[in-house]
Amino acid sequence: METKEKETKAFIDEICSIPGGEKIRLCIQCGTCSASCPNVNKMDYTPRQLIAMARAGMRDAVLSSNSMWCCASCYLCTVRCPRDIRPTELMHALESMAIKYPSKNTSITTPAMYASFSDFVYSLGNVPDVGFMTLYYLRSNPLRALKMLPVALSLLRHRRLFIKTRRMKPEAERQLKTIVDKAEELAGRI
Amino acid sequence: MRRHYTYYPGCCRDGNGMAYTLSLLAVAKMIDLDLIELEDWNCCGSTPQASVSEVASLCHSSRNLALAEKKGLDIVTECSDCYLMLNKTNRHFQENTKLKAILVTALAAAGLEYHGTMRIRHILDVIANDIGCEEIKSKVKVNLGELKVAPYYGCQVVRPLPSFDHPDYPQSLDKLVESLGAKVTPFPLKTRCCGGSLVLSEEDLALQSIHRLLENAVSNGAELIVTVCPLCQANLDLYQGKVNKKFKTNYKIPVLFFTQLMGIAFGIDNKALGIERCIVPADKVLAKSLQGARGG
Repeated sequence: METKEKETKAFIDEICSIPGGEKIRLCIQCGTCSASCPNVNKMDYTPRQLIAMARAGMRDAVLSSNSMWCCASCYLCTVRCPRDIRPTELMHALESMAIKYPSKNTSITTPAMYASFSDFVYSLGNVPDVGFMTLYYLRSNPLRALKMLPVALSLLRHRRLFIKTRRMKPEAERQLKTIVDKAEELAGRI
Repeated sequence: MRRHYTYYPGCCRDGNGMAYTLSLLAVAKMIDLDLIELEDWNCCGSTPQASVSEVASLCHSSRNLALAEKKGLDIVTECSDCYLMLNKTNRHFQENTKLKAILVTALAAAGLEYHGTMRIRHILDVIANDIGCEEIKSKVKVNLGELKVAPYYGCQVVRPLPSFDHPDYPQSLDKLVESLGAKVTPFPLKTRCCGGSLVLSEEDLALQSIHRLLENAVSNGAELIVTVCPLCQANLDLYQGKVNKKFKTNYKIPVLFFTQLMGIAFGIDNKALGIERCIVPADKVLAKSLQGARGG
């Protein structure tokens, strides 16, 4: 096999190995996903195009694009896809690959938002709004935090934002971490 | 007849969506609903976690399901995202042998087990189908008059898994609102996305979605929107001002949780329902409709 072919196959195999990415080979390029997507006009490539590019092995273009990061997980494509490839979960699979990929596209801040949320979920089993937002803005664009100040104040005024939040018992936090660590370890092996 | 459920409030209870829980618990008392909170539950991980690591996100719901299974009751949540994550995890336990094996081993490492037997319910499903519109109707004390309400489902309560209603044209909330005595307005976009958490990172994208929804509700005559999801409520309510600024519109439509509207119809005090926690004030619209009802 030529190098390019090998790389293409490796990229598709990698997508297939992630839960949610398994069915990418079944796509018939009908475009129902793109036609259903409420956010398609903000994407670099439509979901259908993104799938075609992935299958052509265009790793850099796919993983640097903003397309999957515009997916709001509304699942309209998923209930309509005639091949049941579950495009929403495919987008999640591509996101989990892109988050580890050194992209040159710095205008996308959704990865920083998701990662900040995810870090709290992992360490506390809970997501305190204030902590999560602070971490996200520090990681992405601290200046934007200023713009969010009116929103935060409005939430405070209406008693919808709290500094002190619920914590799980320490043993419950540990239990959750044990489960996640073990599953990640096992998933890595397969 | 008293009905018992294991209750999983999700993170919204302790912050932005507190009014949802307040109103739900106030209403539950009146319809003999016993919601027994799951002890030491954890966050479902939501969409962000699934996008960073699907496996980790499944672990979160697996733990909650394992804890809930011991109780032997259906698990009910008010958050559409929690509902989806629990359902998705449950499906993997039933269908995906490879993932199930990983999750079972991971749970065992923490001294837990889950057998995939849980029935996962959204609170809308429980109220609309277990309690039912007839019983709801019998509890109504306040005439809502001609209050025109757009029932907004959002996405994840009806998609992607086969659930209790249609993925594009659901009816449960429509019927429920009608049984409260309000008038349901047509709302073709009732299951369109609100932008979800992308409102934080892709504000333009989310504002476009929110604008589309507000426009659709208002142009069809709605004076009020009711939602079943804490994130939908936050986006439509909190970001209405930003939509007005960006699209040069002047929307002032209050966005309530459906349980808040139930509470109003049941004659529960506004304060107990957290009505004052709405960013776009609801009191004027509600007062007008209640006054109209009294006058008529």
